[in-house]
Amino acid sequence: MKISELPGDEDSGATCRTYVFQNESHTLGNALKCIINRYEDVEFCGYTVPHPAESKMHFRIQTRKTPALEILKRGLKDLQKVCDHTMDLFEKEVKEFNKS
Amino acid sequence: MPKLDQKPRVMLEEFRVKNAPDDYGMADEKWNFKKFAKNMRIVIVRLDNFEMEFDLIGVQPAFANAFRRLMLSEVPSMAIEKVMIKNNTSIIQDEVLAHRLGLIPLKADPRLFEYRPEDATVGTEFDTLEFSLKVKCSNNKSQPKDSFRPEDLYENHSVYSSQIKWCPLGNQASVHKEADVGPVHGDILISKMRPGHELDLHLVAVKGIGKDHAKFSPVATASYRLLPDITLTREVTGGEATLLQSCFSPGVIGIDSEGRAFVQEARYDTCSRNVYRYDEIKDSVILSRIRDHFIFNVESVGAMPPNIIFIQAVKILRDKCKSLLDELNTL
Repeated sequence: MKISELPGDEDSGATCRTYVFQNESHTLGNALKCIINRYEDVEFCGYTVPHPAESKMHFRIQTRKTPALEILKRGLKDLQKVCDHTMDLFEKEVKEFNKS
Repeated sequence: MPKLDQKPRVMLEEFRVKNAPDDYGMADEKWNFKKFAKNMRIVIVRLDNFEMEFDLIGVQPAFANAFRRLMLSEVPSMAIEKVMIKNNTSIIQDEVLAHRLGLIPLKADPRLFEYRPEDATVGTEFDTLEFSLKVKCSNNKSQPKDSFRPEDLYENHSVYSSQIKWCPLGNQASVHKEADVGPVHGDILISKMRPGHELDLHLVAVKGIGKDHAKFSPVATASYRLLPDITLTREVTGGEATLLQSCFSPGVIGIDSEGRAFVQEARYDTCSRNVYRYDEIKDSVILSRIRDHFIFNVESVGAMPPNIIFIQAVKILRDKCKSLLDELNTL
């Protein structure tokens, strides 16, 4: 399992959670944070790598109404879309560059 | 003062670096994929088998940095991981020699190989490349008289990466060619020897990623910088123009036939802020950088062309998102 939940948020409803990502770091954390922070309903979103020698990344989401899990899924989907778009655009530009 | 166009900037002032007054760090706007896709541009500036320069325009620094980090530490490549030393009588120690061999870039395309399972003791033809290096230094029998040059006196006194021989496993010989799996450069000096010294090594190369060891990184460098922008606020002529020109990298400031300075190509400026040393011209320029215009420089080590490395990096991030999503959906 790559994702788990940090205990402590059981009493505060589904709107706030801290997820622990195994084997992830700033690469995913920062990119994902940058998307999720700009969602309408999100009150707070941030990430931390608690210790440099452990390959773990903590990802905190707090929202007003939407469940945090839903926001996380939406963020991952959007990041995936960004990657797809970047690849398409880059491949198109390389083709164009090789033509000229 | 001429009005600067509407781009997010950092102003490089004499004693500080300051965000433009109307720039809130691109964090305020709401996320909108359509708008993102519309604003994003990529321009390839230079591309060959080893080097690439391209512009990534209109994206958040977080994405640019993610791509850079991915290229450096998560795109796989092949490198020598294990060295079986059957004989080493040279003066270079076993562990140092093994480390040197590990750092030799291999031409093998990592996309054609799989990761070797952690518990595997022997490699298969799908995840391992094996090489041998067997060199013995001896006296040169036909050495010219009165010569003291080592290359005349001895045979095999320098061991080069071109002397590494590939030993195909299983069906590998029909799938790969020796020139496509061996060292990228044949002239890498591995060791120096004298008569009686001998190397007899068996090398095992596997696929890995830069996070594990830098030798697995497919890029020599992958970096980005922000596009510099220079604006002249008044006419600069004569001696001041030459002085202004000397404050920037060559080719950045040009001087026209009437002796007037103009901005020729701000792109390759180093943003040194040398102008601010001269009171007479420091009021004539505004130095800034465009905050969403990233100039990427990717230098491949030789296994994959740099454009493929970038695509692989983005693909890795995409696949990461996908597998995490799958896991969350089954929760």
